[in-house]
Amino acid sequence: MAETAAIPDEIETRAQWSDFAFTPENEKLAKWQIAKYPAGRQKSAVMALLDLAQRQVGADTKTQGWLPVPVIEYVAAYLDMPYMRAYEVATFYTMYNLAPVGRYHVQVCGTTPCMLRGSDDVMAACKNKGMAKGKTTPDGLFTLTEVECMGNCSNAPMVQINDDNYEDLDYDIMTRILEDLAAGKEIPVGSQIGRKTSEAEGGPTNLHAMVEENHDYRGEW
Amino acid sequence: MSFDFLQDKDRIFTNVYGFQSWDLKASQQRGDWDKTADIIKLGNDKIIEEMKASGLRGRGGAGFPTGLKWSFMPKEAPKDSQGNPRPSFLVINADESEPGSCKDREILRNDPHKLIEGALIAGFAMRARAAYIYIRGEYIMEAKVMEAAVKEAYDAGLIGKNAAKSGYDFDVFVHRGAGAYICGEETAMIESLEGKKGQPRLKPPFPAGAGLYGCPTTVNNVESIAVVPTIMRRGAAWFASFGRENNKGTKLFQVSGHVEKPAVFEEAMSIPFKDMIEKHCGGITGGWDNLLAVIPGGSSVPLVPAHEIMNAPMDFDGLKDVGSGLGTAAVIVMDKSTDIVRAISRISYFYKHESCGQCTPCREGTGWMWRVMEKMRDGDADIEDIDTLYEVTKQVEGHTICALGDAAAWPIQGLIRHFRPEMERRIREHHGDDVLEAAE
Repeated sequence: MAETAAIPDEIETRAQWSDFAFTPENEKLAKWQIAKYPAGRQKSAVMALLDLAQRQVGADTKTQGWLPVPVIEYVAAYLDMPYMRAYEVATFYTMYNLAPVGRYHVQVCGTTPCMLRGSDDVMAACKNKGMAKGKTTPDGLFTLTEVECMGNCSNAPMVQINDDNYEDLDYDIMTRILEDLAAGKEIPVGSQIGRKTSEAEGGPTNLHAMVEENHDYRGEW
Repeated sequence: MSFDFLQDKDRIFTNVYGFQSWDLKASQQRGDWDKTADIIKLGNDKIIEEMKASGLRGRGGAGFPTGLKWSFMPKEAPKDSQGNPRPSFLVINADESEPGSCKDREILRNDPHKLIEGALIAGFAMRARAAYIYIRGEYIMEAKVMEAAVKEAYDAGLIGKNAAKSGYDFDVFVHRGAGAYICGEETAMIESLEGKKGQPRLKPPFPAGAGLYGCPTTVNNVESIAVVPTIMRRGAAWFASFGRENNKGTKLFQVSGHVEKPAVFEEAMSIPFKDMIEKHCGGITGGWDNLLAVIPGGSSVPLVPAHEIMNAPMDFDGLKDVGSGLGTAAVIVMDKSTDIVRAISRISYFYKHESCGQCTPCREGTGWMWRVMEKMRDGDADIEDIDTLYEVTKQVEGHTICALGDAAAWPIQGLIRHFRPEMERRIREHHGDDVLEAAE
């Protein structure tokens, strides 16, 4: 598909990644993930380990990370499962990148609840900064993807950039976020219009006592 | 305005907005983990009886009675081929991905201890050995909070061996998904937990017979489990005092789209639509005359036109009566500025994107329906194509292993049912037939 990024040549990939191994820190995390499942069911940890591997590749390449074939092979061998079973998982779930991405993976939600509240404008702000769906900008900074519902619908429209959500966006706010990221500035995550979480804008319509103190309602039962 | 709005003292999720800390200490001050052992000492059957009496229906969309679901779990552990007893599992569905839904997120990140305590009580009641909380991959911060809360609970001896000094051993694990809507379907979730592609299984066998690792398993929504401790403390009668018959309790509603102030909030079931929007969302953008249609239960349910939804009670039966459903109570509001065909077409694209590819009617049908919907957007079709589209939705519906095929078909059926004149208008306009229309 036109929107899908090209997977690099396998010979190149092998040359670069064939000696991939978890760092001692990630090794510990991998063991902890595997221990969550009954003995002999270590395969259950494949999703967590692929995520871990992708993050390690990301740390090495200063991007969000992706899964080169030798890395998937490493994870499969680590869990004593056939490569094809791990590859199936890597291709089935959308959060595994099968091709390199930029420093910031800009994932704009475009599903109906976000669309109704202006995700077109958010997308336009990205395009105005030279991004195109499925492509990485020439400076390697941004990769743009339109994603499906991210579950922030009462704070729509929203974007997830690497691990962080930015909510209640419009064209100007999105432009500012992209500029700040490019300039290396810190940006507060979550709502960009001052909402704490998903309460009504301007203050909650209920549970007012909880705003200032950790109120215990049991006395009123 | 005669509806009795829910009072703050009767809200279960008091920290739903996260103004206060999610941690164990703050949660205990709000009443979580208060004499949990006493609840467990009531015994499995008493807890299940109480849940049945509360009238709680599953909060994940289908609305199956929660207590009844638990009672399907075996009382005696079934034996495997070597004669060893098989453990039972509770799987908590936090793969919240239905467009419009954003309630479980607030529980995971702001009230995680309600979920962990609920997991222990529910797990004990159904004789489960452990709970897996399956959190959608995109909820990265939420999963971090949940992991930290689980660790706190272990450190405090609330779960693990002799959980909360109840004499019962129970583990809770967090499993992260990686971006697949279909994993919200219970058997797909079990496949995914086993480290496979999330493709739904044929039923039977049902998960209560053979689920995770072939062991008896119950899959429950986050909200269904997180309300359990409060129901057990305050009693089934308290919970059942809200909502109409067969639609009891309180519920987290999530409103998105064209309202003045979109929000998540807990309300009593059966609240009339108009009252709910007025009280919690500051009204419809541009006023009530500007309301076009509402999708009242997440993207899978058919839309309801403005005049029918206005006074409808927001519950399972009330929305069924207007040809839709409560689903997850994810209310998507659309005003008259909405391109209604595009709004539904975007939902069709969502299902095309999320079809797991296992059953032909869904794999091929979702793509076909989306492409035709895109043609309908600017009327590049013939009038008969509307009937063909409707026919195809009927061919997909009910002919797939899981309900994703149905979920892809229903929004289009709802559109054709209520907005066929608009679709025909676009087709005529595209063909330049406006003269004909004037002559009719």
